[in-house]
Amino acid sequence: MSIQPAVDVSTSYSQPSDRKGRFFTAKRWGTPLLILVALTGLLVFLTVRGEPDKIESFALNWPYMAAKVDEHIRLSIAAALLVAAIAIPAGILVSRSKSKIVRGTIVGIGNIGQATPAVGVIILLALILGIGWSTAIIALVFYGLLPVIRNTMVGISQINPSVIESAKGMGMTGGQILRKIELPLAVPVILAGFRTTLVFSVGVATIATFINAGGLGEVLVVGLKLSREAVTLTGAVVVSCIALGMDWFAGLVEDLLKPKGV
Amino acid sequence: MSKATSGASIELTNVTKSYPNQPQSAVENFSMSINPGELIMLVGPSGCGKTTTMKMINRIIEPTSGSIKIDGEDILSLDQNILRRRIGYVIQQIGLFPHMTIAENVSVVPKLLGWDKAQIASRVEELLSLVELDPSKFANRYPKQLSGGQQQRVGVARALAADPPVMLMDEPFGATDPITREKLQDEFLRLQATIGKTIVFVTHDFDEAIKLGDRIAVLSERSQIEQFDTPANILANPASDYVSSFIGEGAALKRLALIPISSAKLSSTSATGPSVEISENLREALDHIVLNGGAPVPVTDAKGKSLGSISVKEISSALGADVSSLGIKKGK
Repeated sequence: MSIQPAVDVSTSYSQPSDRKGRFFTAKRWGTPLLILVALTGLLVFLTVRGEPDKIESFALNWPYMAAKVDEHIRLSIAAALLVAAIAIPAGILVSRSKSKIVRGTIVGIGNIGQATPAVGVIILLALILGIGWSTAIIALVFYGLLPVIRNTMVGISQINPSVIESAKGMGMTGGQILRKIELPLAVPVILAGFRTTLVFSVGVATIATFINAGGLGEVLVVGLKLSREAVTLTGAVVVSCIALGMDWFAGLVEDLLKPKGV
Repeated sequence: MSKATSGASIELTNVTKSYPNQPQSAVENFSMSINPGELIMLVGPSGCGKTTTMKMINRIIEPTSGSIKIDGEDILSLDQNILRRRIGYVIQQIGLFPHMTIAENVSVVPKLLGWDKAQIASRVEELLSLVELDPSKFANRYPKQLSGGQQQRVGVARALAADPPVMLMDEPFGATDPITREKLQDEFLRLQATIGKTIVFVTHDFDEAIKLGDRIAVLSERSQIEQFDTPANILANPASDYVSSFIGEGAALKRLALIPISSAKLSSTSATGPSVEISENLREALDHIVLNGGAPVPVTDAKGKSLGSISVKEISSALGADVSSLGIKKGK
């Protein structure tokens, strides 16, 4: 089995950023601009079409939208952070372990998590654990494990073997090699995986509404069920903007944490 | 040749390395005793076990059986990492840490040994100057900002950082272009003359072995020692056909490079043509003779004062070769 960094689903996110030191790049300033244009467009559209009707105004008001955005962001960020806490150590374990069973089990869990339809996972978990926020988090974590596990493994294994050999030859212990050599050099690849997971989480968090865990999924469902396109459109645009914004922010962090000299 | 020495003796006795599922051992019953401050070259074709032999000294590869002692101390009973911090290690791919500056790379082992900051800083400066890299210019650069030759010098400086008595070098100059390689070799010889480490140096390049080694071990399969002697003795008296084949063509020419002109008996007859300095070697003298149309060339001292002349005859006799017997061989 050859392992490659996560490039599926949301392909370009998974590649380590190639922006080196340059501050003004199209991508760094393009994304915020795009978000601004989308949100302004939405506001203009809603203003031009006039006062919302009674059903629409249930969703199309500032306090309600702010609460949903807040729930959504909390849900996705909490899930992504939990993924990092679980998947990075798991990835290290896999790259250290010579046992095929350990390797197969951990990668297998990640694969199952990602291959199972998210709606299926969340409903199954709700049946077992009951509905609510924590169940939604567990489902999101399960769903987002693979990119980070895989990128941690790849990030460590792609390090030039001669670097590891010379570290060994200089008398560094296994732990020192991991902390001072392997992890710093793997950071760009690991962060790329984390970024993928973060964007996944924002998308998948929309189904948290099915188990009463809130988020912008509620806006979408309301809009669809009651045939109010303006509501659906608002939910969709806002959720997309959050995903774009998170990806943009993670990209900045990636640039910041990338080791110098690499 | 008397040299400064800070080296340790190394004693390998019946060292064997065998891998499971392999009928033949990689290294079989290897024994060698190395004096403090000696530069030993292990030469042999790819796959003969020379690198495996070397890597058992810092236990990157664990010997299956046998004993290895450094300064009388059995290293197989030491903690691996403690042992390795006392042995400099230079590999062909260099293996500098790309995310650390040159100064940080050099200070890795001193840091592991818990030196204080000021001590490390002054040591880094000293070492970079020693390998002819200006500390003010290079200390804060990253490895990828350096050329291959400069990186290899950093590799040597890093290995020397904690002043280890023993250095292991695995084809350190193998990946550089011929001009850089020659320059690095010359610098390395000058460096070794001042530091006098005990060095085990692996190469497949016999010319490099002749140039650098105090003694050369010519190895064949399973790291069997075919001959272990000084470069001059191996060239003059190869122990077997295997060794001769390894020396290759032009053994006499290679020997000439090892003999200074001063050890030849100069002729007092005056000669014309490009003069050669007495501090040069006989190969250099022959080179001048060839360029001079085969006629003898004048020999001078460093100040340009004439000391006599040298011809092919004097060169041959310095080599100990009987010119007439060479003639007979040719006639056959």
